[in-house]
Amino acid sequence: MLKVDNLRVKVEDKEILKGISLTVDKGELHVVMGPNGSGKSTLALTIAGHPRYQVIDGRILFEGEDITNLPPEERAKRGIFLSFQHPIEVEGVKVIQFLQRVLKNLKGLDEIQAYELIFNAVQELGLDESMLARFLNVGFSGGERKKLEMLQAYLVKPKLLILDEPDSGVDVDSLKMIASVINKLHEEGTSVLLITHYGRILEHLKPNRVHVIKEGKIVASDGVELVKMIEEKGFAAVEEL
Amino acid sequence: MSEHSKLEEILKAGSLEEILGTAVPYPKEIELKGKISRETVEELSRIKNEPEWMLRHRLKALELFEKLPMPKWVVGIEELDLESFSLYSKPELEREVKDWDDLPENIRRTFERLNIPEIEKKFLSGLTAVFDSESVYSQLKEEFEKKGIIMLPMEEAVKRYPDLVKRYFGKVFPPGEHKFSALHHALWSGGAFVYIPKGVRVPFPIEAFFVIGSALEGQFEHTLLIADEGSYVHFIEGCSAPMYKGFSFHDGMVEIYAHKGATVKFTTIQNWSRNVINFNNKRAIIEENAYVEWIEGSIGSHITYTYPSSVLKGEGARTAQYVVSLSNGPYLKDTGAKTWHLAPNTSSKIVSKSISANGGINIYRGLVRIAKGAKNSTATVSCDSLILDEKSKAYTYPHNQNDEPSASIIHEATTGRLSEDKLFYLNSRGIKEEEAKSLIVLGFISEILEGLPFEYVEVLKKVIELEFSEIGGVG
Repeated sequence: MLKVDNLRVKVEDKEILKGISLTVDKGELHVVMGPNGSGKSTLALTIAGHPRYQVIDGRILFEGEDITNLPPEERAKRGIFLSFQHPIEVEGVKVIQFLQRVLKNLKGLDEIQAYELIFNAVQELGLDESMLARFLNVGFSGGERKKLEMLQAYLVKPKLLILDEPDSGVDVDSLKMIASVINKLHEEGTSVLLITHYGRILEHLKPNRVHVIKEGKIVASDGVELVKMIEEKGFAAVEEL
Repeated sequence: MSEHSKLEEILKAGSLEEILGTAVPYPKEIELKGKISRETVEELSRIKNEPEWMLRHRLKALELFEKLPMPKWVVGIEELDLESFSLYSKPELEREVKDWDDLPENIRRTFERLNIPEIEKKFLSGLTAVFDSESVYSQLKEEFEKKGIIMLPMEEAVKRYPDLVKRYFGKVFPPGEHKFSALHHALWSGGAFVYIPKGVRVPFPIEAFFVIGSALEGQFEHTLLIADEGSYVHFIEGCSAPMYKGFSFHDGMVEIYAHKGATVKFTTIQNWSRNVINFNNKRAIIEENAYVEWIEGSIGSHITYTYPSSVLKGEGARTAQYVVSLSNGPYLKDTGAKTWHLAPNTSSKIVSKSISANGGINIYRGLVRIAKGAKNSTATVSCDSLILDEKSKAYTYPHNQNDEPSASIIHEATTGRLSEDKLFYLNSRGIKEEEAKSLIVLGFISEILEGLPFEYVEVLKKVIELEFSEIGGVG
């Protein structure tokens, strides 16, 4: 599904990723952990195609095809969805209009089809309908923003869902909702690459594999027991492995 | 339904020029060129078979034009040699126009391509269409005529209702204001005269549509709208021109008089082609408890100067001025609004939204003045600029003057830029750069779009989408 091969990435002349390799197979859930500034978000944004992150070496393969140089909208159309750590605000654009446009572009749905899908999904996920009439993320709390990201992911049903710290800045109830959407999509066959600093969301998930990034390199890859060790001893312990 | 398919065709077309095509030479009955002299003005007046008082009005304005200096803040117009322009150009009409079918085919087709006859049928109370210097079509639905509403080409009103016209013409926006208002009064031709009697509410908008048919032409149409006590009217102005070589110059004027308790909404959607230099003179006098709302949407043209103005003359008079200016490409929009508070308890609101892209420049120039004695008056001004790339610019020159201690002026200004992160977020949702830009622009002006009828919102949305798709080419 996703194969990251010896990826080196720089931002404004500073090398952040120094040779990352990682393979997520179809239907797998992988977790990437690491201290602040280790390059976790850079990895997520580079796979999604952010223009500020320049690939200086290595490749990103998606379903066997090289997507390293594709524009972000092309990657989205192929089935990659990034849930942002900091979703942006767009003044004057209502959530419903935005979602309709996303579904038109990514799923080819007309406005009415999209409308029905959106309303059903909102009910299913137990979200507040009034959110749809608000402007995109304008005045949204951290938790509301993350929930809206999950609603989008749930509507789009991507092949690969990348989550950049979905558990930062959210309360316990929001965290449960976010985890349940990840599980639903995962059960339906979506591959997941989840980036987290804390690991508290992992109580609700069953990862296949956990990777630890430090200073732009993967320093450990193992089963879920790695999480426990980090929680008990901190990231410093990983280096000693 | 054919009405629908026509609208769809317009919405789907690649650009406005695609709809209008390249200008074709057409037979002109009369064309005045050359020096702007007493003889030119006399000749114009003679052709129009005007009463003596109007000729005198023109000649007085001409004298002022010669005396007045070029306004210091005007950029661009002095490059135009006014004397090389066709100052009056009357399209040749074979017979009296009572229906669209009575118009010469090329003129009719221009309006049809813009869907004007359909829009008229569907949801207007009346329509005036101006081609070059003359009103070529003017129809008011019969039911409204019976209520005493008058809608005529300006020239006809001069002849048929001289007393009514004399009372207002040039009184709201006098010729002596500046060089271009003087030029306008000397050479005015075409435009609409609208009178709404006491207490009459016009349920559907009245529209005037202006087309400049060829290059090196001056258009000086004059619209005079009088809303008598307690009446209501929404007037919509649309402007368009096909592409041609060389510049054309537009120096139009709108005078509005809102009597006690009247409500006037005046909406302009200007989408001139890129070789029109557009100068507007728009002003309303607003009496006791009356309300005037301006919506000024400037999309097209090479350079536009427009500042809808409200004079709050009577106690409790109110006004709102919404100004949207898009400069996409190497063009200049010098826009704004002016408000004078001359009576107690008056209120005003200016909302300006400018968008600069691909090297475009927007200048906001505003004036709010509260006179001593205009007790408890309030004014709010908000100026928002959106700049879509590094090459584009926006400037604001607000001028607020409050001479009344119990009154207040609140001013807010913001400048927003399209950040890489915002664009990336939208890209990552399958929305391409051009589409993302038009989405952000439409969101930015959504507050103003809400006040417009559905059909116009759809057309305006499409125009903005086209603006960005033409230049796009990324991805």
